Amino acid sequence: MAASIIHRVTGVGLSILGLALLTWWLTAIVSGAETYGRFSKFASSWFGIAILVGLTWAFFQHLLTGMRHLGMDTGQGFELSTSKASALLSFVGSVVLTAALWAYILGVAK
Amino acid sequence: MSLGESSTPLGKVRGLGSAREGGDHWLTERVTSIALLLLGVWFVASLLILPSRDLRTIAEWLHDPSGAVPMALLIVIGFKHGLDGMKVVVDDYVHDEGNRFVLNTLFLFLAVGGGALALFALARIALGGGA
Repeated sequence: MAASIIHRVTGVGLSILGLALLTWWLTAIVSGAETYGRFSKFASSWFGIAILVGLTWAFFQHLLTGMRHLGMDTGQGFELSTSKASALLSFVGSVVLTAALWAYILGVAK
Repeated sequence: MSLGESSTPLGKVRGLGSAREGGDHWLTERVTSIALLLLGVWFVASLLILPSRDLRTIAEWLHDPSGAVPMALLIVIGFKHGLDGMKVVVDDYVHDEGNRFVLNTLFLFLAVGGGALALFALARIALGGGA
């Protein structure tokens, strides 16, 4: 239940915010140093980092619940205990992956 | 045509038909999800592995086919999967037929327009002389 809703919410976030940011980033690369500088400044501000952390979490969460749903599409994992365990695993997994990724990024940058 | 109380259950659904596209939509969403699993991980890993995220390094990366081709696929499949997903959300939660049509059309235009813009930008980077 919760996993299904979170899968949808993260999907909407990635579709709107994620794709908008990807498109802005690509057009900024084309537009040259000044526009790209503006993007970089945003992406390295606390607000930009908060959004990027949110998007990477949404990506990992959507990826893990997506794999869970693909498994369920084959008719597996519907027992309540298995279903609960795989949902919990996706929540823990997305947080661990996001934390590890950003620890690495911020650790290297400093 | 009255669909009131006098209609039998069969009478209420007769003529509405199936869209006959549901199966394709369902399958496309899953096939693109598998592609995006690979492309998404490639994208995140690439940004991590690149020596820098400055303009020059990024432009050189996307100028090379090894960066440009997966990025083109990520754009096309990403926008397609996003559009398919948004349609499921809109169809599930927006019950008014008019609003549903407006939202689905809006997201269709946004996805096609945004995807075209992103692809055009990538083409300029990938095919342009130098960065």
